[in-house]
Amino acid sequence: MQTFADSFSTAFGLIVTGDPILYEVVGLSLQVTFSAVAMAVLVGGPLGAILAIGRFPGRGILSVVVSALMGLPPVVVGLGLYMALSQSGPFAVFELLYTPMAMILAQFIIVTPIIAAISRQVLSDLSLEYGETLRALRATRAQTIATLLWEARPGLLTATLAGLGRAFAEVGAVMIVGGNINHVTRVMTTSIALETSKGELAMAMGLGIILLILSFGINAALMGVRGTQRARAYG
Amino acid sequence: MRTIALSVAFSLTATMACCGPFIVVQSTTSTANSGLYDAILPQFEAESGIEARVVAVGTGQALNNARNCDGDVLLVHAKSAEEQFVAEGYGTERFDVMYNDFIIVGPGVDPAHLNDAENASVALSSISATGETFVSRGDESGTHQKERALWEVAGIDTEENNGDWYRETGSGMGATLNAAVAMGAYTMTDRATWLAFGNRNTHEILFEGDPVLFNQYGIIAVNPEVCPNVRSEQAQVFVDWMLSDAGQSAIGAYTRDGEQLFFPNAD
Amino acid sequence: MAEPRIIPFPDHDTQGKTVTSDGIKVQNLYLERDGQPLLRGVNLGLNATGVTALIGPNGAGKSLLLKCIAGILQPDGGSIDLPETQRFPALVFQKPVLLRRSVRSNLLHALKLAKVPRKLRPGRLAELLVLADLTRQSEAPARALSGGEQQRLAMVRALAAKPQLLLLDEPTASLDPAATSAIEELTKRTAHAGVKVILVTHNCAQARRLADDVAFLSRGQVTEHSAAETFFADPKSDGARAYLSSELILQP
Ligand SMILES: Nc1ncnc2c1ncn2[C@@H]1O[C@H](COP(=O)(O)OP(=O)(O)OP(=O)(O)O)[C@@H](O)[C@H]1O
Ligand SMILES: [Mg+2]
Repeated sequence: MQTFADSFSTAFGLIVTGDPILYEVVGLSLQVTFSAVAMAVLVGGPLGAILAIGRFPGRGILSVVVSALMGLPPVVVGLGLYMALSQSGPFAVFELLYTPMAMILAQFIIVTPIIAAISRQVLSDLSLEYGETLRALRATRAQTIATLLWEARPGLLTATLAGLGRAFAEVGAVMIVGGNINHVTRVMTTSIALETSKGELAMAMGLGIILLILSFGINAALMGVRGTQRARAYG
Repeated sequence: MRTIALSVAFSLTATMACCGPFIVVQSTTSTANSGLYDAILPQFEAESGIEARVVAVGTGQALNNARNCDGDVLLVHAKSAEEQFVAEGYGTERFDVMYNDFIIVGPGVDPAHLNDAENASVALSSISATGETFVSRGDESGTHQKERALWEVAGIDTEENNGDWYRETGSGMGATLNAAVAMGAYTMTDRATWLAFGNRNTHEILFEGDPVLFNQYGIIAVNPEVCPNVRSEQAQVFVDWMLSDAGQSAIGAYTRDGEQLFFPNAD
Repeated sequence: MAEPRIIPFPDHDTQGKTVTSDGIKVQNLYLERDGQPLLRGVNLGLNATGVTALIGPNGAGKSLLLKCIAGILQPDGGSIDLPETQRFPALVFQKPVLLRRSVRSNLLHALKLAKVPRKLRPGRLAELLVLADLTRQSEAPARALSGGEQQRLAMVRALAAKPQLLLLDEPTASLDPAATSAIEELTKRTAHAGVKVILVTHNCAQARRLADDVAFLSRGQVTEHSAAETFFADPKSDGARAYLSSELILQP
């Protein structure tokens, strides 16, 4: 049996030798994940705000739907997106299947409900807390939303980190719509799945360790941003 | 906000910006996992200027994806299913491209004594008789279809013992091998996947050589009349190259640990 | 009664609010939550100037009444008439909610919401900081201030919009004697400048010091409203008598 020690030395070896394949795979992982999460923040954040602060019929139901979508199995997302993007599907003309763009879309679909649901929770808590005060200060609706969004930064950052974590670790959906094609759509997680199926467990685990290190780095970096923001806000 | 939008736009254009001519090959996993493509495709790409993008899935899923027109070439190992695919009009023509064989692997101590079996039926019977665990793909792949046919020939009803000594993983060859190794169980695999498999532990080849274990790979270009979007010109270049002397000798030249994994047999 | 007017800012409840030229008129104000009547027909007429003390036991509905007058709670019935100049009351909450920002940013935020032109904001900010005696803490996180300092900050934040009607909900409940007299001084000065003040307090001595008139609220109704001396010398209703007598026992 291959040991954990093998995994660590494999991971270490890959990093120090600057393995070009590793860098390619890591680069694509980061690109896909950041693009998907950025899009999800642009859509999920405002959606969460509307659900938290807006008043319209069906808001309650929509909130439940968004929360429930957090539990979407990635494989189902991948399958649905495959059927949509397939040459025999409705969106064949875009020729997106087996491209990084398809993987971005898959992760976008998986991550948006998470960001929307967490944003909604954070913003509705804040809206309860600040609502009367802001009305007493005669804030307009736009000013209220702007103030709440600004005050919600730590919570929104948490939502973003949750989305990043989910997207970065996701394998089922990107495997189906990306196809794990060497040099084209192979990312960290699909490489790990491939190495596992080749029985190269030390390599798979080594890649897993690198994934963990990257995830740690991203979280630390964003938390650092948050720290300086707080310092600035509190002067 | 603006920076986010910009970075999205940037990365989208970056992902869109690509590539010269390419084809998508819907392939069985064994050819990809064993490293064959990594060995021969650079030569094809250099000669033709066409990039071959391999999507490695089970034979069943590969056939399905190709039926949805999501591939230009099909390379799998389930002859009757392939012939049906062509008969239905999805493929232009099926060609034998190479072969290897199936083997039964298991723990080195070989509790069911497969080493002594004179043919595949006897080997399977002794597994069932001793009640030793056998792990099956259970995923309708080419290997799984072959394995089921062998049980039938041996006259053993696996359904009756499904969940008992007969275990279906419902996953790929690699995952099934990992499961067999972890459980100390027997399983059937194609030789190429086994030779390239890294997690053998104490498992060994315990039965091989029966002519019924022959494993033929076929190649098919997807029919442009059914799937107008296919890159049929480049697909044909790929099929022709695989069947050509250059392609065939590249396949034959690929070895792992000194052993040849695939034997070219195009007409 | 004058013409009904729509109060021109979003989200503020305009129903039942009209504009008068001669003081504040609360008529038959009714409010319920979860089928529970909380304000049960409040009637109250107040002068357009001076300090009115609003007193009454815990849970009487004083805070709710202030919120209705401030326009942040929508009554379920009745009406509130306000003089034209007092259409935008400022409210200092019993439990002030400050933004998670510095003292300075809290005030700048309020000045911005009050539509104070950007150029004038630094000057106004300095004034307000002096008023609250928080100049030294201006860069401190607002939520790290002591309870009394937070109360003072909330008070001057309410003044950022230069309101003509100031609603104070127990503004000195958690202040030390010095800060209390500072707030009282500020209240007096504000009232002298012509700003109407409605002050909720449980501190009867404070009501005596500041109020021109006293309204007594009990279980969602105003049971007594009279000049301050009259009220404290000779409370008419049983509720007010009981309230004042226990007050005397607690604070000899
Ligand atoms: N949102 C609400 N839902 C239900 N009941 C409420 C709500 N808000 C206030 N109440 C109830 O209304 C009553 C009056 O509350 P209010 O805060 O006006 O009391 P108060 O006179 O200000 O008392 P205190 O002197 O303790 O501040 C209380 O019994 C309170 O529990
Ligand atoms: Mg109160």
